Amino acid sequence: MAEIVVSDLRKEFGAFTAVQGSSFTVRDGEFFMLLGPSGCGKTTTLRMIAGLELPTSGTIAIDGEDVSQRPARQRDIAFVFQMFALYPHMNVRRNIAYPLVSQGMSRSDVAARVAEVAGVLRIEGVLDSPVGGLSGGDRQRVALARAIVRRPKAFMMDEPLGALDSEFREEMAEELRALHDRIGATTVYVTHDQLEAMQMGDKIVVMNHGVIEQFGAPQDIYDHPATLFVADFIGSPPMNLLRFEGAVAPGDAVARLGGASVALPALRQGARGALALGARPEHVRLGDDGPLRGRIEATEYLGTTQIVTVETGFGRLRARLPAAAQATPGEHVGVGFVAETLSLFDAETGRALRTAANEAAHHG
Amino acid sequence: MSAHSVTEPSPGRKRVAAALVVAYALITLLPLMWIFATGFKSPPDSIAYPPKIAFEPTLEGYVNLFTTRTRVTPEQLQALPPPDGLAETIVRNRDMVIAGPSKFGERFMNSVIIGFGSTFLSIFLGTLAAYAFSRFRIPLSDDLLFFILSTRMMPPIAVAIPIFLMYRTLGLSDTHLGMILLYTAVNISLAVWLLKGFIDEIPREYEEAALIDGYTRFQAFVKVVLPQAATGIASTAIFCLIFAWNEYAFAVLLTSGTAQTAPPFIPTIIGVGGQDWPAVAAGATLFLLPVLVFTVLLRKHLLRGITFGAVRK
Repeated sequence: MAEIVVSDLRKEFGAFTAVQGSSFTVRDGEFFMLLGPSGCGKTTTLRMIAGLELPTSGTIAIDGEDVSQRPARQRDIAFVFQMFALYPHMNVRRNIAYPLVSQGMSRSDVAARVAEVAGVLRIEGVLDSPVGGLSGGDRQRVALARAIVRRPKAFMMDEPLGALDSEFREEMAEELRALHDRIGATTVYVTHDQLEAMQMGDKIVVMNHGVIEQFGAPQDIYDHPATLFVADFIGSPPMNLLRFEGAVAPGDAVARLGGASVALPALRQGARGALALGARPEHVRLGDDGPLRGRIEATEYLGTTQIVTVETGFGRLRARLPAAAQATPGEHVGVGFVAETLSLFDAETGRALRTAANEAAHHG
Repeated sequence: MSAHSVTEPSPGRKRVAAALVVAYALITLLPLMWIFATGFKSPPDSIAYPPKIAFEPTLEGYVNLFTTRTRVTPEQLQALPPPDGLAETIVRNRDMVIAGPSKFGERFMNSVIIGFGSTFLSIFLGTLAAYAFSRFRIPLSDDLLFFILSTRMMPPIAVAIPIFLMYRTLGLSDTHLGMILLYTAVNISLAVWLLKGFIDEIPREYEEAALIDGYTRFQAFVKVVLPQAATGIASTAIFCLIFAWNEYAFAVLLTSGTAQTAPPFIPTIIGVGGQDWPAVAAGATLFLLPVLVFTVLLRKHLLRGITFGAVRK
């Protein structure tokens, strides 16, 4: 297995820069997520690691060896495509055996390996079927089998669940994670689905417009978004952002939104001008003692919880409350927050200010 | 209603449709049937008026096609040993003896060599070019593709004189190589454009999967792209073959002996010993066969949707 180090990776297609100056490290055995909206450069990054695109500049090292300019076949990695890319003119068995055949492995060894991975993925029953007639899930398993049969250094997966029906996706996601834990292979996984990324990943890189916005464990990214983009992209509903004009200094533990004082984790950095206060919906409290005032616009019942939309002087925000909590549209309420969970952003640069809470999460 | 649902036509409409198809088939097949029948008529039957539908079939046309004959006097005929074989018998009934084989066999082989040779070359070069245009970022690729297409925009015969002079200087006149190159040059634009369309339809992920699985770009092309392009290659090959096989004008202009193909040869039969329509018809019938066989052989590929269901779109 392998550690993948990506440094200052850049890719230009003509005048268009798909990826600019990405750096991150995928540790050995990690399930690593590249997350972002479509066109953010995540797939291009993955394809560069795999060797399907060559970087314009920057390096990719697998196990300490610089492979940036090597063709895919010399990198010893496997790739699972979104549309599976099973060879349509071969049956399942030949599809799985194909990577081994290229290495000139003996027939009996190939047969043994194919049987082994077919067992792992529970596809023994379809080995001699043409790939055309398989169900989506079986195709997915065949594609995975073809990837793991060679025992490569690392796996690249490009939205492998994207082509599956939603009910089935959940099941495959669990299967995939279980498979990863069992074989412990370094995996780089591209997705635009933040839930998938949070659910499966050990580490997440959030990309936007070819730039890495944040790199960290799912919980750090959720709790302490480094930029306004991440705050808005991660979470459903996303983080509430209350925009205001003001000034804060290092050491402050309150922000002044107009006349109201909102308690925050102690700031390590000051800023002035356009600021934004970030609060996750589950950290919003409605009650008379809140520093802000608002009017309930709507409620959305979700079973165990409800989402309550409140209009405040600093914009609209959503609160996640227990389903049993009383909230009537039209009612005026006080709005408060769980102080230690709040983030403060400089709205000019889009970056979160360093605080006592996020220091650990934001390295550099 | 799904997009694919089609209303089942009523039995009456189906019958009308079937009748139309049969009528159309008869109209297009009638000339072919006429040629086929004429090949088995005797020369008098072939020019009988009104035309004979029922006639006594004879192989005279085929014998005349493949032989040259000399007229002999009845006395000389009497002096000959008994005829040896069917062909000799047929010929002697017309007071003639077989003098030797005609050039038809040779000309037919020339057609085979030149037709299949240029088809192979067009497909070979066309597939490589189409793959490159389809997959790689080529500078000015749009202009190059247009240039390739533009070679098809004027009738090839418009440049007959320059080609004639060029071929004479280069020593390519009346050579197999010359004709293969010429037909390839005419066909290649069609081949590149058709094949590019087919290769564009094949998702890149297949080759990329092969590249990851340890194959070189060329191996991926041969083992993954070609099998999936088989349908397109087969239909393109049929188009190329039909053009090269039927081409008449350049064949008349540039070939006369060693490399002459069957199309310019068949009409020359008319001049030998009267208007021998059965021999001409026999030649035309035989000339049709290779393309027919080729098309029937490749039909399987034309119909088989081999990529069906392998990709989820």
